[in-house]
Amino acid sequence: MAEAKKTEIKKIAAAKTMRKLMADHFYELDRAAKDGHPKVAWCTSVGPAELLRAMGFVVYFPENHGAMLGATRMANETIPAANAIGYSPEICSYLTSDVGAFLQGRTPLTDAYEGIESIPKPDVLVYNTNQCRDVQDWMAWFGNHWSKPVIGIECYRNVGDVTEVHVDGIAGQIEALVPTLEKVSGEKFDIDRLRDAVRLSRQCSDLWKKVLETAATKPAPLTFFDSTIHMAPAVVMRGTQLAIDYYNELLPELKQRITDGVAAVEGEQLRLFWEGMPIWGRLRDLATLFLELKACVVASTYANSWIFTTLDPGDPFRSMARAYTELFIVRSDPAKETYLQEMIEKFSVDGIIFHDSKTCPNNTNCRHGMPQRLQERLGAASITIAGDLNDLRCYSDEQAKTQIEAFVEQLTGRAKQHA
Amino acid sequence: MAKHYTLGLDVGASATKAVLLDGDVDVARSLRKSGANFAAAAQACREEVVETVGISVDEIGRTVSTGYGRRSVDFADNTVTEITCHARGCYASFPHAITIVDIGGQDNKVIVIEDSGDRKNFKMNRKCAAGTGAFLEEIANSLDTPLSSLNELAAQATGDVELGSFCTVFAKTELLKLIAAGTPLPEIVKAAFRSVGRRILEMDPLQGDVVMTGGVVAHNPIVVELAAEALGRVIQVPDHPQHTGALGAAIIATEK
Ligand code: SF4
Repeated sequence: MAEAKKTEIKKIAAAKTMRKLMADHFYELDRAAKDGHPKVAWCTSVGPAELLRAMGFVVYFPENHGAMLGATRMANETIPAANAIGYSPEICSYLTSDVGAFLQGRTPLTDAYEGIESIPKPDVLVYNTNQCRDVQDWMAWFGNHWSKPVIGIECYRNVGDVTEVHVDGIAGQIEALVPTLEKVSGEKFDIDRLRDAVRLSRQCSDLWKKVLETAATKPAPLTFFDSTIHMAPAVVMRGTQLAIDYYNELLPELKQRITDGVAAVEGEQLRLFWEGMPIWGRLRDLATLFLELKACVVASTYANSWIFTTLDPGDPFRSMARAYTELFIVRSDPAKETYLQEMIEKFSVDGIIFHDSKTCPNNTNCRHGMPQRLQERLGAASITIAGDLNDLRCYSDEQAKTQIEAFVEQLTGRAKQHA
Repeated sequence: MAKHYTLGLDVGASATKAVLLDGDVDVARSLRKSGANFAAAAQACREEVVETVGISVDEIGRTVSTGYGRRSVDFADNTVTEITCHARGCYASFPHAITIVDIGGQDNKVIVIEDSGDRKNFKMNRKCAAGTGAFLEEIANSLDTPLSSLNELAAQATGDVELGSFCTVFAKTELLKLIAAGTPLPEIVKAAFRSVGRRILEMDPLQGDVVMTGGVVAHNPIVVELAAEALGRVIQVPDHPQHTGALGAAIIATEK
């Protein structure tokens, strides 16, 4: 029995509040879609959510729904339906699982929240291709289905230093969304409301950053797997007071863990970094495996993607543009490597796990020689796991498990040798 | 009773291998098909080595299991991954910096070992059958030729026919084209072996001294020959290439 306890994932008490928040979020969307007001905007994950809130929309994030499809493993059944209508198994499996689920008339929301029969019908769909081209195609499919406007920002890619030229370009595109949004919402744009949303978004981001940085402590009070769950308010409620209140509850709990010496991974021996998308359908399995191996995944590029330190209510459009362009996913490899180096140092990382996510080349960074360069330059050991965010047909449990175990054997063996 | 023997068991996807060590001397080895019952294959392998040496199971001090079915061996004292065991087994024969290429039934591994024996990195390729033993089985099936005769057939070939495709299904359609064109069987088989070598070279730059192991290498030495030709360097092979994982497991068993 004592053995079993050791591999139990430690519960975070604030999770209860989060579950309530998420329920309220989806019920609010459901009500709005059914009543026809306030208007519903769909927004891709780092799309201009602050602007949408400032214009009175309730905001729905399809990628969050995609992650739910993955985590519940409903995606396994829905992806083939999208494949069958010509959306290839090679493209974003958030897109294919979401479109497939819609074609089948299903959503995990129905199982989680009584009375919600479907995803909320949008009044407008807004993308930012800072994630990838797939988000645009995805919004286009639904926009087409409901004959609703699809508007967005086409961002720069492979950005080294973010310059004023980049900022001007993106800020101009964000401003250009306003007339359509005014038309759909029936509300006049008000710069003060935007400043307010940007201020709230920044506060949320700062708190989320502090939450993640608690894991720099040894032993870490939270893992990457915890963060994939507790990031939800930062993802779907940024720009609202609710998200801020949530992290004001979570942060002290984690700080208390630090004071009490409570480790998320009992007997933490190794500290790892997760690079790339989560494997949503295997979060629990992987979290448990790392617990057994006494290895803590202390940080990730994924959870860090909702930190926007440059948001500034004094200069809302331009600071949004800067924040959306400073994002890891749109940066050049040298910029990404500098960032990873900082992470390795800050979080005392012993090794990196690269997730080669079959259907998400944009959030996969091991395909252009980065692991090899990091090993050469920094001596950073790494492994690459083949998998996918949602499509478990691309993932082998046994192969991943063996690789992770072998990596831990390698790192602990090396630690012993040099102790 | 002195328990100076240690046992290493490598329960692979296709074959289960055992190595029994008396101190650091390899005194017996066995090999079985893993089949559908990993535990039974491991048990049978243990019985075989014990019988060979004429000892009782109780005289085995420690057993370490490795390989795909390592957790199925309930009598093992410990489980260690095949990556670590292959590295240890190979380093025992070649105690310096080496790059190990293991071609297994279902996967390929490239393991880079430093001079000290520390592992620098490793890669596994099990996304598909390309370049593995499973690929050769498919080819043997398509050609209606016993797997065990492939090496001999390929040795008779003199040409340089190639299979270009990445994927096993595509490679098989290429085979059909070769058959239709009347290409002699030995040439086709050699092309299949050449393709196995190519898949390996795509995995890693294979720097320094290269050592090849695994069942495919044990039964088809031509793979080593063709890979060495493509690499432009000599490739070494340990005495018992299919047993390196089991040997590594047995060595690790002596340490705890
Ligand atoms: S970034 Fe990846 S997971 Fe996100 S929408 Fe694009 S392809 Fe899908």
